[in-house]
Formats: sequence, structure tokens, C-alpha cells
Amino acid sequence: MSGARPRRGPPLHRSLIILCGALAGACGDDLIAAAPDAGGTPDAAVDAASADVCNPSAGTDVSFDPAAEPCQLLSSYRFFADGPGQLPNQGVVPYDLNSALFSDYATKHRFIWLPPGEAMTYSESDVFDMPVGSVIVKTFSYLHDLRDPQGGEQLVETRLLVHLADGWKGRIYVWNQEQTDAELRVAGARVPVEWVHTDGETRQLNYLVPNSNQCKECHIAAGDVVRPIGIQARHLNRDFDGGGGPENQLTALTEMGYLTGAPADPADAPRAPVWDDPDSGTVDARSRAWLDINCSHCHNPVGPARTSGLDLSIGQTDPGKLGVCKTPIAAGPGTGGRSYDIVPGQPDDSILTFRIESVEPEVRMPELLRQLVQDESVALMRDWITAMKGGCSPSG
Amino acid sequence: MRRSFAFPLAFALVLSPSVLACGGDDDDGNTDDGNTDDGGNPCGEIDGACIELSPSDDDQTAVQTALIDAQPGDVILMHAGTYVFDTGLSLDVDGVSLVGEGDDQTILSFLGQTDGAEGLLVTADDFTMEDIGVEDTAGDAVKVEGGARIVFRGVRTEWTGDQTDANGAYGLYPVQCSDVLIEDSIVRGASDAGIYVGQSERAVVRGNTVEGNVAGIEIENTFDADVYDNTATNNTGGILVFNLPGLDVPDGGRTRVYNNMIIENNGENFATPGSTVSQVPPGTGFVALAAHDVEIFDNTISGNVTSQASVISFQLTATDITDDIYVPYSDTIWFHDNTFDGGGDDPQGLLGAVLAGVVDLLSLDAVPDIVVDGNFDPALVDVDGFLPPELNICLSNNDGADFLDLGFVCDSDLASDCLPIITGGLAPATDDKPYLCEHDPLPEVVLDGVPL
Repeated sequence: MSGARPRRGPPLHRSLIILCGALAGACGDDLIAAAPDAGGTPDAAVDAASADVCNPSAGTDVSFDPAAEPCQLLSSYRFFADGPGQLPNQGVVPYDLNSALFSDYATKHRFIWLPPGEAMTYSESDVFDMPVGSVIVKTFSYLHDLRDPQGGEQLVETRLLVHLADGWKGRIYVWNQEQTDAELRVAGARVPVEWVHTDGETRQLNYLVPNSNQCKECHIAAGDVVRPIGIQARHLNRDFDGGGGPENQLTALTEMGYLTGAPADPADAPRAPVWDDPDSGTVDARSRAWLDINCSHCHNPVGPARTSGLDLSIGQTDPGKLGVCKTPIAAGPGTGGRSYDIVPGQPDDSILTFRIESVEPEVRMPELLRQLVQDESVALMRDWITAMKGGCSPSG
Repeated sequence: MRRSFAFPLAFALVLSPSVLACGGDDDDGNTDDGNTDDGGNPCGEIDGACIELSPSDDDQTAVQTALIDAQPGDVILMHAGTYVFDTGLSLDVDGVSLVGEGDDQTILSFLGQTDGAEGLLVTADDFTMEDIGVEDTAGDAVKVEGGARIVFRGVRTEWTGDQTDANGAYGLYPVQCSDVLIEDSIVRGASDAGIYVGQSERAVVRGNTVEGNVAGIEIENTFDADVYDNTATNNTGGILVFNLPGLDVPDGGRTRVYNNMIIENNGENFATPGSTVSQVPPGTGFVALAAHDVEIFDNTISGNVTSQASVISFQLTATDITDDIYVPYSDTIWFHDNTFDGGGDDPQGLLGAVLAGVVDLLSLDAVPDIVVDGNFDPALVDVDGFLPPELNICLSNNDGADFLDLGFVCDSDLASDCLPIITGGLAPATDDKPYLCEHDPLPEVVLDGVPL
């Protein structure tokens, strides 16, 4: 079939092709014909595109049509060769980030799907340009035991960020109790979860699945435009081991035809530190990386928290904008009785630490979808503020 | 002036606890076919569909689903009853009206809310909320961010328990909005400001009752606001016009505050320390802080025990300023035709202690009705420290109100420089002659796309 993209991928991806071929006996390019938008549709059911997409009969390829209504079941899209096992289908590429948003100790499985023959365009400092029809797939799960990543997990929700003709949209699927499939939920949900924490203690949480409006509370850019966050050079520039040994993700994505325009040597691309890996950067660099991925999606000059005047973007260099001796705006109880966002050398006098240490809905930051305190990042922020020189006037 | 909806009793009786659509096709957003007789139809004349809700076993899902599925032009009619939520709601569809059957009939209860920094977060244009009560949200009651043509009418937001800083910060909270109308609404118990219009353009706040909040009404970094016919009582501070530093919208101006009752705002300050309003002393009537082009007239201001009306600079808050373009001084303010009664006789808080010291020093009976801190932009003042007439703080025909100029001068951005002056370096005077002047009246605020 003409127009088929190269089918090379990271090791996991390659192994899945083999797996898929062995099991199904046919997952080659000929099956793309089963997709309604790819031409050569066996049945002349063009009018019922939506129904076809959500009930694909022939083949095993991904079935995603950006013009169709959302499917009720996640399995309909066939992003996974094995959904419960989170094994991606052919063309669905797993990836990881240098530093990730904290989500109440959930584990995240991330994947990119691009329409056949299409690629992302590299950008040094912005989100990669992704073609219409792209899907970012992110499954949130709880390992039964955080100390044992291979010891099984409870799948909670899979979020899709889908690139439609009129922009990106979020769709959220909640996994059923049997863990066999996930169902579309627009209004959010609560899912009880339990896991053994790193300290060996069992923890429980009434996990909150966001409603579909809330996708936009983080995934938003200037002009009220929904956009991805993680698909940026500095977040992706790292090794990923899909089972066949580590390989740089920018390199792997380029080699498989998913990315164009990236520097030949990943060392020439920006790279964010891993916030909890001291070997990856200084306390300052890792703190800024943590603030970048956890806060700057709102706290930027055009984001939802622009009204606060606090800008935690990676490129912000003005200490006042970063919160140093900055008085709070409309923080209400969020101040914790403290006068400034950051008081150099004084984490216990800084509003920033108060808010990331709180679990109260009107106080905690990030305010959305965080019910627990991430003890490890609190420690890093405290180190960061403690090391700052100078001070602020005592407030009247 | 106020638009009203008629709710026939029969209608409330036939609805089951579920989501119903009254005639129209929700998906296409077309006009409800049955809406020709607006006298007998609860949804009135609307452009879109009418979505009806009643309390159910799962209000969270039902109401949030309705808010997500709504199409521009739709009315979501929430029938009488108490709806219970544990997570904040959000609306991101333009042109939606959320209408109840009365602020004491249709009640959105967030008691025990565990997630969401607001009861309802609106990120859409052309939003109307009407005849609904919102109770006990964990954070702000209703926040509208970045919306155009926003109307609150007959809404009540209230924290029904004690006045505590565990109450949410703001009741009705449009921020970075344009063409905002807040009328005939009630806000009680907010731990910051009851009605807070922030960083917005063109707002009319009228006919509201704000009581038992820390700040009753606060207009902050906003241009063109009319605040009238409101009653502000038993708050810590009644009506505040502030410009604050460090904001995306760095300035505000042209605010008219008139025909309000600003009565006995002597409530305890239960704001969390650190917030700007936490520094407002109990007993504060009206304050202009770092404000420009404010006209305060025809108000009744009585029984506010610390200070009935004042004009101050940001330096008087003794807080560092880290914003290079921020102007911390007030100018071009005109008090006229206000009526004062009592007040100033029991100054509270830190600023009250300063005022009490001045009262003692000058052997006054009480803090005078109008207090000006006297700290003006050094680039604008004459050799005596007064503003030129066109920028002055002007007083005229205020029913014999007495006056105090604190004689505060501090042009530093550092609180550590200004605090010693506040506590020991004031040069107070009661002579109002430098301030006897008038300005041209400010124009009436006209909202673009919202009929008044």
C-alpha cells in the first residue's frame, strides 16, 4: 500500500509488531484499509462513519477518525494491543517525560498515535506541531506496591487528547472494575484506590477523575486554545527503554518517521532535569523543572493563573515574577498567614511551601487533581528556598 | 429593570429527579418549540434549548454533565431544591444561562466539598446566573475568569457557619472579565471579599446586599465600574476600591461609588493573615487604595468605628512592592454629597492604633469622617506635598463631615522604610482647605452587550 509510513519504532514498539503478527497473523499495512478515512473501505458505510469507527469489524489497526463523535468504549479505538496490559498497538508509541506532573502517586502510561504517514514538527521551546488526527494517550494507574513496578496495577482512567480539525479536545475514559475496558465519562468520577507506598504503608485514596472541562484548566494556551504539554523537546529529550535497551526518544521518534526537524544530536536539543534525580541538575535547575511541569501550565503570563501575577514558566528570570517577596493576589486562605510567595531562606514563611504542603481544596497547589502531598517535591522546594540569598521586609 | 422568569407551580410538581429537556432538541441548540408563550413557560424566550434539572441521587454528575453538554444559547433551569456537590463545577460553554427558582429555593450546597477551588468556575462568555443560592463552598463560590458579558442577578452566595478563615475567599468573583453586571444579589461570610470585581473592564454592581464578609465589595485593578444602591453592613470593610501591585492588569480607574448604604462595618477581620484585606481594620467604611479617578457621592456612611471613609497609598499597608510599573499612590478622587453619621469612635487593628494615636495627639473626639493619608506621587506634588487641582483628592458638600490628613510621606517600595514613618513619623492635620475642590463628574458606565 502506498503512503505507508516507516514502521520502525522503539524496541517495545518493534517487539509488539512481532507479537501482534504472531497472534493475529495479520497486522500489516493492508489493514489500514479498514479505517473508514483511509479509502478502500470494504463496505460502503461511509455515511455511518461514527458507528464504523467505534465498531471496527475487520482488522486490528487503530481506528481513530478525528471527524467522528467520541466512542463510548476506549477499546473501540484499538490504541492497545492489550488494553488491560497497556501494551500499545502498532503505531502507538510509548514515551516518558524527564519531569512529570504529580498526580497523587498515580503511575502514568503515555503514548502517541499519529495518522498514517504523518509526523510531528520539532520545536526547540514550544509544543511540537502535531497533525490533525493525532492522539495523546495517557493512562493513570496505581501500582499495587510502589516498590514493585512489575507487581501489578489498578487501571483508573485513560485520558485522550485528540487533535480534531477545530483543535485539541480532551476525552476521559474510566476503567471498569473488571479492568477489561474503559468507558467515556464527561462529568468526572471518583474511584477508590489502594496501594502500598514506598515506605511499606498501605495508602487509600478516593481518586478524582476530572470532568472534561477540566482538561482545559491545564492544557491551555493563549487564545483559549487547548494544547498538549509534555510533547516538548526539553521534556522528551531523554532515554526510554521499551525493553530492548535505552534509546533517546527524540532520536527514536525521528528514526521511525514520527518527528521531523529535530537536531541530529540530542545534545543539541534542550533537556529538562529530572526533578528527583540529583545527578540531572542543581537544586535550582531541578526546582525550576518541577515548577515548570507542575505549575507553569497555569502560572504563565497567559494561563489561567495569570490573574495572580505569579509566573513559574521555565524562561522566567525576574525574581519578583517568580514570587520572591511578591505579595499574594486573591489568595484568601491560601496565604497561610504568610506575606510573600517566597521569602528567600525562609521556606516556613513562604506561601509557596504552605500551598504545596496543604491538602485543603481552597489552599492546595496545584489546585486541581491533587489530594495528597508529594513529600519529595516539598523537600526539594524547601531546599531551593532555603538556599536563596536575601530577604523581604517584615510585613506590617 | 430586572428580568423575571415565571415559574408556574405545576411545573415544579411534574418533574422527576432527572434531567429533562423541555421540547427542544439539545443537540442542535435550536429554539425550544414550546417557548412562544413566555408568560407560561419557565424557560422564557431563549435562543437555545431549555435544560431542566431537579435534585437527584447524583447531582454532581447530572449538573456537571448538563454544564458540559450545554450549547450556546441554552438555559439550564435548576428547579427548587438542594443540590449536593463534593467537587467544584465548571462551565466552559459560551452563552449559557444558569437559572434557579430563587436564591432561597434552588440551593447548591458544597458543604464538605473536597475538591475544586471554587463552587462553580466559569471560563466562558455571555454567562448569566440568576435566582440561585450557592452555599458553603470550600473556596470561592462562583469565579468567572476571562469572560465577556457576565450577569449575576438574584444570586446568593453564603457561608452558613461561623465567620472563619476556613470560609472561601470570594463570593461573586469575576476576574479579567468585561461588561459585568452584578445586581440584586446577596453575599455573606466570605473570608476575603463578598463581591470582588478584579482586573476587569466595565462593571455595574448595584442593588446588592453584602454582610458579614471581610470586605463587602471590592473593585480591584478595574476600569469603569459603577457601584450603587448597595447595602454593605457588618463587614470588616464595606466598599473598597483598590489597585494592587504585581498584576497582569497593573492599574484601574474611573469608579463611581454612589447611593450606597455603608453601615456599621465593624465585623471581626477573619481573613487569613497575609492577604491584603487581612490588613483592613474592623470598622472600615469606604477605602480607596492606590486608586485613581474615583467619585464617591450620595452615600450614607455611618457607624464604622475605625474610619468611615479614607484614601490611602499602598505604602500605608507596610508591605514590600516588587512591581516596577505599579503606582502605589491615589489621586483624582472626589467625595461629594455624602452623609456621615457617627463612626471613628473606636478604632480597631494596627491602622486603628495609628489613628487612635493621631486622635490623641490632636485632641479629637473621634477619627474624622474622611481620612487622607497624604502620601502622594512625588512626581506630581507641589513643594508642600499637595497634588495639583486636577489630580487632587477633592471634598465638597459632605454634610459637615470632618477631615484628617495623616501627613504620611514615604516613597520607598520597602515596608521596612515606611513602617517607622507610619508608627512615628506622621505629620497629621485636620485642615481640609488643601482638599476643597471639585472634579468633573465621571460618566455613567455603559456595558457593551449587557442591557441595564
